[in-house]
Amino acid sequence: MIRRLFIANRGEIALRIARTAQRLGMTTIVGASQADVTSLPAQFADEVALIGPAPSAQSYLNVEAVIAAAVAARADAIHPGYGFLSENARFAEATIEAGMIFVGPDVTSLNAMGDKLMARSVGLAAGLPVVPGGEAATPEQAMARARETGFPVLLKAVAGGGGKGMKRVDRADDMPAMIAMAMSEAQAAFGDPRIYVERFIARGRHVEVQVLGDGHDALHLGTRDCSIQRRFQKLVEEAPAPQLADATRNGLEQAAVALTRHLAYRGAGTVEFLVDAQTGDFFFLEMNARIQVEHPVTEAITGVDLIEQQLLVAAGSRLGLTQDAIRPSGHAIEVRINAEDPAADFRPSPGRVTRARWPAGPGIRIDSHIATGGVIPPTYDSLMGKLIVWARDRPAAVALLASALATLSIEGVPTTAPLHRRIAADPRFVAGGVDTRFLEGLA
Amino acid sequence: MNEPFLTPEDIADIVAILDGSDYRELDVATARFRLTLRREGGGEAGGRWSQEWQWAAANGPAAVAVAVVQDTPAGLVAVAAPLPGAFYRAPAPGAAPFVEIGARVDGDTVVGIVETMKLMNPVHAGHAGEVVAIVADNGAMVEGGATLMHIRPHA
Repeated sequence: MIRRLFIANRGEIALRIARTAQRLGMTTIVGASQADVTSLPAQFADEVALIGPAPSAQSYLNVEAVIAAAVAARADAIHPGYGFLSENARFAEATIEAGMIFVGPDVTSLNAMGDKLMARSVGLAAGLPVVPGGEAATPEQAMARARETGFPVLLKAVAGGGGKGMKRVDRADDMPAMIAMAMSEAQAAFGDPRIYVERFIARGRHVEVQVLGDGHDALHLGTRDCSIQRRFQKLVEEAPAPQLADATRNGLEQAAVALTRHLAYRGAGTVEFLVDAQTGDFFFLEMNARIQVEHPVTEAITGVDLIEQQLLVAAGSRLGLTQDAIRPSGHAIEVRINAEDPAADFRPSPGRVTRARWPAGPGIRIDSHIATGGVIPPTYDSLMGKLIVWARDRPAAVALLASALATLSIEGVPTTAPLHRRIAADPRFVAGGVDTRFLEGLA
Repeated sequence: MNEPFLTPEDIADIVAILDGSDYRELDVATARFRLTLRREGGGEAGGRWSQEWQWAAANGPAAVAVAVVQDTPAGLVAVAAPLPGAFYRAPAPGAAPFVEIGARVDGDTVVGIVETMKLMNPVHAGHAGEVVAIVADNGAMVEGGATLMHIRPHA
């Protein structure tokens, strides 16, 4: 039983968590940095605890400061939201050691999904398909790997990340030169020459499956498509994933449940896959052991409050839902309204919002902490709100999205809203099932 | 705050009622908030209304230290922050600063970084010359356009 819930996050997700927790009769305490003490979540929560100065490293990412604030507030549980400390095993351990409930999975699950190589081996152990490939310590090994997986291949630094040093190789003839270049770049950038060779999927879609587990049972709440991304940042998400063959959809959902069972997972999680748009083959990428930004599209089609499920399972309850009871209906789309200027290479645009007119009405949900007069500090990320639409089918949802975006009006800072209007009008998006290169071809 | 609060579902229900009426606008002001629901135009029934919230207590000025904008002394030029954010003199904690007083710089010399929303934005000197003063403290929150350094331009 959770009576006093400490919310170790900010922005729209802190507000979102507080809403459900208050509905469940909990007292909510928002841990806020100095920059956020007058924010809407801090106003809305029952209590506010100051956790530190504005910079995240001294507040939202400071394990000791957050734990101390939660203990001082006599909280019996901490909800970490997403980002910040949500997948930090040390934070989860410290929460439990301080006698509180961590609203998230067991530390073993956080560790199992801690990095991409480890996630890959856990996925293999659970019987999930992964992108063919593997490590190579020498040019000969890299060549042998490439022969196994088939061309084109992608070379990546084992020690790297964020797309740094990635090279696409289309033909065996090009391999020796590209391997040498990739290895010397890896050595220069990370002090480790090892590279990773994997099959290059030319037209990939990012499809993920929402799962829930209680340590015993596991179930899924269907797919989400998050293929529209910019520099690995999701911009548009929808549920269910459109234009997927039934066999692919079933395969994804069953694989996600298999992994959730394999981990004896407790809580809400998301299993991410790369789907080859040409063949329908799918490959496990990683599991996000937390609530996700895009969770509302799943809530819209299933009617399940995922934050409520997290809180119930964290408090020790078994899942009250069964797979048969989850009957998704209709179609939902979420767009992220960020304080970024799409006309200036997505330059961040913090500042005061002089007027925020969000759309309203049947089928529309706004998750935002920014109202008229609201301030977007330069210290944190640029998400200022999410527009979620739901309708009986995808064409109706796309039409509703377009009219809602026409109504939306944010003044004072540039936002990504104009970009979303172009996406909603793009014939490829209207048709559905786009791949991750969509933005490159946007008119 | 323990008072009941309008949920997104409540807003959708209220708009559905208004949409079936002749009303164009609903304006509700309480001690805590002001909510305006307005019919904006055509399109789908769900998409033609807007909601605007204003909160009485929320969103005062955020309590952050802001570097003072100084007048630029005659004969010198200012290096301004390209964006609001945290000003850093070095590329990483513990690393040597990009420039010290007395450094000779070109227009495109990087003299610092401003971190805005997790993105590191380089600060360029903008003028060829000599750094004569570093005005903003390392780690300080600065407004966009705030003076970070003074440079004596080459004649």
